[in-house]
Amino acid sequence: MTAPLSPLDRPVGYIGKSVPRPNAKRLLAGRGRYVDDIRLPRTAHVAFLRCPHAHARLKSVDVAAAARAPGVVRVVTAKDLAGRYTPWVGTLTHFKGMKSAPQHPLVSDRATWQGEPVAAVAAESRALAEDAVALISVAWEELPPLTDAAAALAPGATPLHPELGDNLCFGRAIDAGAVDDAFARADCVVEEVYRFARHTGVCPEPRSILADFDPADGTLTVYYSSQAPHMIKEIFARHFHLPESAVRVICNDVGGSYGIKIHVYPDEMTTVAIALMLGRPVKFIADRLESFVSDIHAREHRIKARMALSRDGTIEALAIDDLTGIGPYSTYPRTSAVEGNQVVGLAGSWYRCRNYRAQLRVAFQTKPPTTQYRAVGHPIATAVTEALVDRAAAALGLDPVAIRRRNLVPDDAYPWTTASGLKFEKLSHQASLEKLLRLMDYDGLRREQAELRRRAVHRGIGIACFVEITNPGPAFYGVGGAPISSQDGCTVRLDPGGSVTCATGVTEQGQGTETMVAQIVASTLGLTLDRVRVVTGDTERTPYGGGTWASRGCGIGGEAALQGALALKGNILALAGTMLQAEPAALDLAGGWVVDRSNGSRRIGLDEVGRAAYFRGDTLPPGVQPELVATRHYMPRRYPFAFTNGVQASYLELDVETGFVRLLKHWVVEDCGRVVNPLLVAEQIRGGVVQGIGGALFEECVYDERGQLLNGTLAEYLVPMAGEMPDIVVEHIETPTAESALGAKGVGEAGTGGAPAAVMNAVNDALTPFDVRITAQPISPRRILEALGKA
Amino acid sequence: MTDTVVIRLTVNGAPVERRVPPRLNLVDFLRDELGLTGTHWSCEHGACGACTVRVNGEIVRGCLMFAVQLDGAHVETVEGLAESGALADLQAAFHARNAVQCGFCTAGMLLTADALLRRDPNPSREAIRAALSGNYCRCTGYHAIVDAIADAVRERAKRS
Repeated sequence: MTAPLSPLDRPVGYIGKSVPRPNAKRLLAGRGRYVDDIRLPRTAHVAFLRCPHAHARLKSVDVAAAARAPGVVRVVTAKDLAGRYTPWVGTLTHFKGMKSAPQHPLVSDRATWQGEPVAAVAAESRALAEDAVALISVAWEELPPLTDAAAALAPGATPLHPELGDNLCFGRAIDAGAVDDAFARADCVVEEVYRFARHTGVCPEPRSILADFDPADGTLTVYYSSQAPHMIKEIFARHFHLPESAVRVICNDVGGSYGIKIHVYPDEMTTVAIALMLGRPVKFIADRLESFVSDIHAREHRIKARMALSRDGTIEALAIDDLTGIGPYSTYPRTSAVEGNQVVGLAGSWYRCRNYRAQLRVAFQTKPPTTQYRAVGHPIATAVTEALVDRAAAALGLDPVAIRRRNLVPDDAYPWTTASGLKFEKLSHQASLEKLLRLMDYDGLRREQAELRRRAVHRGIGIACFVEITNPGPAFYGVGGAPISSQDGCTVRLDPGGSVTCATGVTEQGQGTETMVAQIVASTLGLTLDRVRVVTGDTERTPYGGGTWASRGCGIGGEAALQGALALKGNILALAGTMLQAEPAALDLAGGWVVDRSNGSRRIGLDEVGRAAYFRGDTLPPGVQPELVATRHYMPRRYPFAFTNGVQASYLELDVETGFVRLLKHWVVEDCGRVVNPLLVAEQIRGGVVQGIGGALFEECVYDERGQLLNGTLAEYLVPMAGEMPDIVVEHIETPTAESALGAKGVGEAGTGGAPAAVMNAVNDALTPFDVRITAQPISPRRILEALGKA
Repeated sequence: MTDTVVIRLTVNGAPVERRVPPRLNLVDFLRDELGLTGTHWSCEHGACGACTVRVNGEIVRGCLMFAVQLDGAHVETVEGLAESGALADLQAAFHARNAVQCGFCTAGMLLTADALLRRDPNPSREAIRAALSGNYCRCTGYHAIVDAIADAVRERAKRS
């Protein structure tokens, strides 16, 4: 026999169990508490005047009529805010040579995208504020827009920010191995230019903030829809010159975020500034139209890619050149360079190939800022790599599965360092691929496809292998100077009745964070879930931490919860040992009781321990001070990231007359390490897949050459709806990380990272008989008809 | 400013009388006048279904109606339907399947699903997807919602 069962392996525990989320019942009863549901006395509501042009000089602004309008409390322009804040610059020092211009809450002399906020009205209601906005008159002098990233970097292009010298925000080059030699010697070279459109997050709950400043005691309380309350607290304090201790950020329910609500937005900073000026609550809830031109956008890449192979299908070299447009400013504080950086870091990294060259150029332009959005860079890196692999397979007469089997990093090759320098602890590409093929009945589907093709029914099968960056350590942001914490903490407290209250720095946006923490703590302390209460999203009530993003909630927040619970367990057993005159090591916790470790017999209830500690200290021996609360923090140190892997497959049918794609089914095999709650993990993957399908087939912020958004409503911007989506089968392989006791890695972005590649490959597989292919997303019916020469 | 109008209606079974401006929207009326914040604004275009409520027994897009159109109407929201138990089986199925993540679309999903099951007690999976095609969810990918409604269909069939 080996060591006793850890709490993670207890047969009676919750780890690995599909427990429904206790906190979802409120949401199902219409009892959610989103920011706009909070009503504070004397709240002023803000509406913004936004620049109608992509690039324009602000010559004058007249707010006199607006200021006199009914219900108006205050009209604010850049002049009114001068001196009340420090502007922000979205750069990280570890991105060598990165540059961006200072960004301000409101435009003072020059607007650089359609939608940039210019003036704000605070009024008794949002409707009255909008009425007054319509009375503001602005004189603009239109300037030439700079919409195209390539044009922005062309020689002689006018710098958008003259002080920066040019329009290159960031560039990076990787050259590993002997790329030129490999291309020169290759039996087969495939190359292509891939384009990925701009799209955006479309959170069901728009960005929302309610800032309440109390001048009497100088405290600022901000009810906020966000993934990272501690980060934004730091930023409000820093940029509005407030003591850190005077700012509190509270995130109750968050109606979707996906990376949208983790950045600094000028309109939200303006809202805080107005609250500080007025000394009363000020609310800003973005409406859908302004969300489309003020939420961050994402993607927008043009990638030239080449792959060299030998006759047997071995990948000999990969070269990619990514040009990405990010709007006029690098977004603060995460920057807009991480997306492209991850594209060049990740492309091809699941294959054995050692010869890799990449170039990244990140360009300024006059469209809304782009930055981190779910699966940052992954969908692009995966789609480009996997499309090239399929093209190479076709060129060499190989099956798409065979070429992947030949090139995947073998499961016994870890630890593995990629050509781009990423360190993989332990992945399972081979096992995952084989499991996927069984799950989908690959051979059967191929037979069905061939049969239907003879009847002019055009179905396609697309496979995409991929990796995902999860559990980032301080090398991600902190090292570059951003106030973004890679560690998280959890406080676990035994209450007198024997139940437990936990407070964690990771946050809940519906993923199931609170349930995951409760499962870990309940399992460790031998409690039922209903006796564990989890508090998240309040900077005054939770340990300092980064929040939930970059697929870190379970891997980092879960480990902190486990360590906190273990520490509390130690304290409980020490006290119980004193009370029972027993060795703490001979005791354990189970079913709400302190039990004998040897035979499980009940010794004393947790309620009795709590009662003695809190109410009857007189019964304890002298010198015994119970500490029935413990806090532990965790951050990964050995690896900068915990990489995960997975593989997805898409099966679809193409109507070659209309260009419509019908998604028939989608499969995912994912290895995210230890799975705490299979139900919640599957739902993260399914939701992520559909978000990826959105980018692959539907979603695009369409801009004209003047930098005007042409489809900025939810009636015109297409998102995935139930009718078009397939059923999604999800299976797991579990390769725990050895870095933590819990062994969990992240899973939030895997679906989105792999789906666009699988879908694009499936479309191109369906197009095989026509000898045409699609190289741009979204894959609209029009694009398909154009490829077929029918548009 | 246009004159206000008095409306008298029933909301979740209780009589309500309010004086409202003609431009006041149904969603703002429920949220701001009555404190019924379970009904959400999202697309404001009738495209996403987050504002779905029941008016005179039929589900409608709250964002496409004005409060003044409700004089004499019977309005039911997720709060009322949850309290009466009318949605209990759907709520339980959504919970068991984790067919809710952020929860912002959930009231609309529940009311739309309930309307489907009243109209067609035995819908196919495709019919469920089609019925939900006007309700936007960004979190779940819809699969779990379809599963949950299919579960509720089976439960309702057992009961009847």
